[in-house]
Amino acid sequence: MNPDVMFFFETVISGLMAGVMYALVALGFVLIFKASGVFNFAQGVLALFAALTLTGVMEKFGLPAWAGIIVTILVMIAVAWLVERLVLRHLVNQEPIILFMATIGLAYVIEGTGDILWGSNVKVLDIGLPQGASDYLLDSFNLYVEKLEIVAAVTAALLVAVLAVFFQKTRIGRALRAVADDHQAALSVGISLRTIWVVVWSVAGIVALVAGIMWGTKSGVQFSLSLIALKALPVLILGGFTSIPGAIVGGLIIGVGEKIAEIYAGPIIGGAIENWFAYMLALAFLLFRPQGLFGEKIIERV
Amino acid sequence: MLYRETGQFKTSYPKDQAIFPIAQDKAFILLVLAVAFLAVPPFINDYYAKAILIPFLSYTMAAIGLNILVGYCGQISLGTGGFMAVGAFATYKLMTSFPGLDFALIVILAGFVTAGVGALFGLPSLRIKGFYLAVATLAAQFFLVWLFNKVGWFYNYSPTGQITAPPATSFGVLVTGPEASPAAGYLFCLAFVCVFALVAKNLTRGNIGRQWMAIRDMDIAAELVGVQPLKAKLSAFAVSSFFIGMAGALYFGVWLGAAEPTEAFGINISFLVLFMIIIGGLGSILGSFLGAAFMVLLPIVLKTVMVDGMGLQAVTAKHFEILLLGVLIIFFLIVEPHGLARLWSTVKEKLRLWPFPY
Repeated sequence: MNPDVMFFFETVISGLMAGVMYALVALGFVLIFKASGVFNFAQGVLALFAALTLTGVMEKFGLPAWAGIIVTILVMIAVAWLVERLVLRHLVNQEPIILFMATIGLAYVIEGTGDILWGSNVKVLDIGLPQGASDYLLDSFNLYVEKLEIVAAVTAALLVAVLAVFFQKTRIGRALRAVADDHQAALSVGISLRTIWVVVWSVAGIVALVAGIMWGTKSGVQFSLSLIALKALPVLILGGFTSIPGAIVGGLIIGVGEKIAEIYAGPIIGGAIENWFAYMLALAFLLFRPQGLFGEKIIERV
Repeated sequence: MLYRETGQFKTSYPKDQAIFPIAQDKAFILLVLAVAFLAVPPFINDYYAKAILIPFLSYTMAAIGLNILVGYCGQISLGTGGFMAVGAFATYKLMTSFPGLDFALIVILAGFVTAGVGALFGLPSLRIKGFYLAVATLAAQFFLVWLFNKVGWFYNYSPTGQITAPPATSFGVLVTGPEASPAAGYLFCLAFVCVFALVAKNLTRGNIGRQWMAIRDMDIAAELVGVQPLKAKLSAFAVSSFFIGMAGALYFGVWLGAAEPTEAFGINISFLVLFMIIIGGLGSILGSFLGAAFMVLLPIVLKTVMVDGMGLQAVTAKHFEILLLGVLIIFFLIVEPHGLARLWSTVKEKLRLWPFPY
């Protein structure tokens, strides 16, 4: 095949894979926003903290990967519980911006705690995920695709499937949807808002752990990991804050758009446009569809 | 007893609408101004000017600007750092293109340039609102910083990509560059902040401010009673950016002297200023002052206590500082979501009855 076309395909595929990573972080945002209307700025730091904890417990106590992951999940549930207990419980009925600011504060707290506990140097995260290029695709199609990224894509797909079942079929999932629809109505039929918050923050914590593992394996566990949250934000506004499929599709669009723009438009206007291109893409899109791709159209009344 | 309105009669509408209708308030403000303008300058040294006073004043200017947008008009913005960069680079270009121009004029012109850019980035606010808008303003933040990094014209093609403030005078006194005296820089910033705080106060008290607040409280209802959202939102973006641009000019020109866009105007600055107005008090000019003072002093106090007092290592202290900052923000939001300005008005309420609480 024509090498230019091949190159284009590779760009698209690597964009798709990067998009999956963004989508993983965006998913955590969506879960929390959907169930409580809180715009959780700490999601990126949560991913960093999960990855730090995982490497920390594996190094310090010499645990195998599976045990480390279980310990980290328990830690993330504890974090969720603490967040509900110490922060959210006291901020019921406050304006959204106050809650948003509280999660920025939370981001600082979690980051500081993570640094104090495990140190701020770059760590290698290895839980035995496959590394390097996929030989099969390289040999038969001459496509360069990293194995890790395939794993990430499969994991993300599984995660979304599990979440969909969880939301649609289980008792607690129904409660979550009820809370998302209307806090007060949910409370009045006996759903405990506090339990819901703990559950949803725990789930977001576990999603953050998955994101943290993928990113950490790819590029080491370090502070910059929390900055991918900033990449997940345009994904969110593109997909809509309340939509799980939106997070996935938005992630893929942003991932591909960003890579194509960087490679084909970057050299013309000066390069390193990846930082803002996603935002501009999302912004331009919003001008035509203010609620995002899959967001709910809110009808306002006076 | 100390603080009472009883017996202070207002016999005309202008008196009733005064900024400080109560005599004690007026006296207190005049006292503060007198101290700031007359008593502080003789004792000022380089450390106080560069570490506390000038940062405090330039951040106050930025906080007033952001408060107009977020606190009064209810449009959340995370692009402050980018707009400060516009102000700083406009200052730099004006200073190098017109070396003889008075620095005060340059600061105001930089404000106008930023107002234009701000209104441009405010356009999406007509279609989108809330958190969608907050994220959209990040586009301004990243795009502007990238632009100033990439396009050589903005930094006069200097090899480092840095901008450095050349010496400039205002009314014959040197205020920028390494040769400027600390007191001159301080007084220059102080004068600017005082004048424009008054402007902001009056804007927010007047017709346009009421339109902003109507949009903030409920935009559809505001539209129904005749506020034009287009005019109100864009003017909020423009005025807010005007202040933030001037803040950027003071921040770069008088305080830093040299700046590199990614370092000096990163997203951290945006958050810092946002914290200032949240902790100080949303929708309050006084709150902008209090919040800026708090956020400038906090790291200095923490560092003194932890590194010098408790002998912690600088790295550990830094981690604790981040942690404590987060805790403080959450603490403030829980205990006093209306910020320090609210605490101050509570104090005034108490003083009104003091020493007899009933």
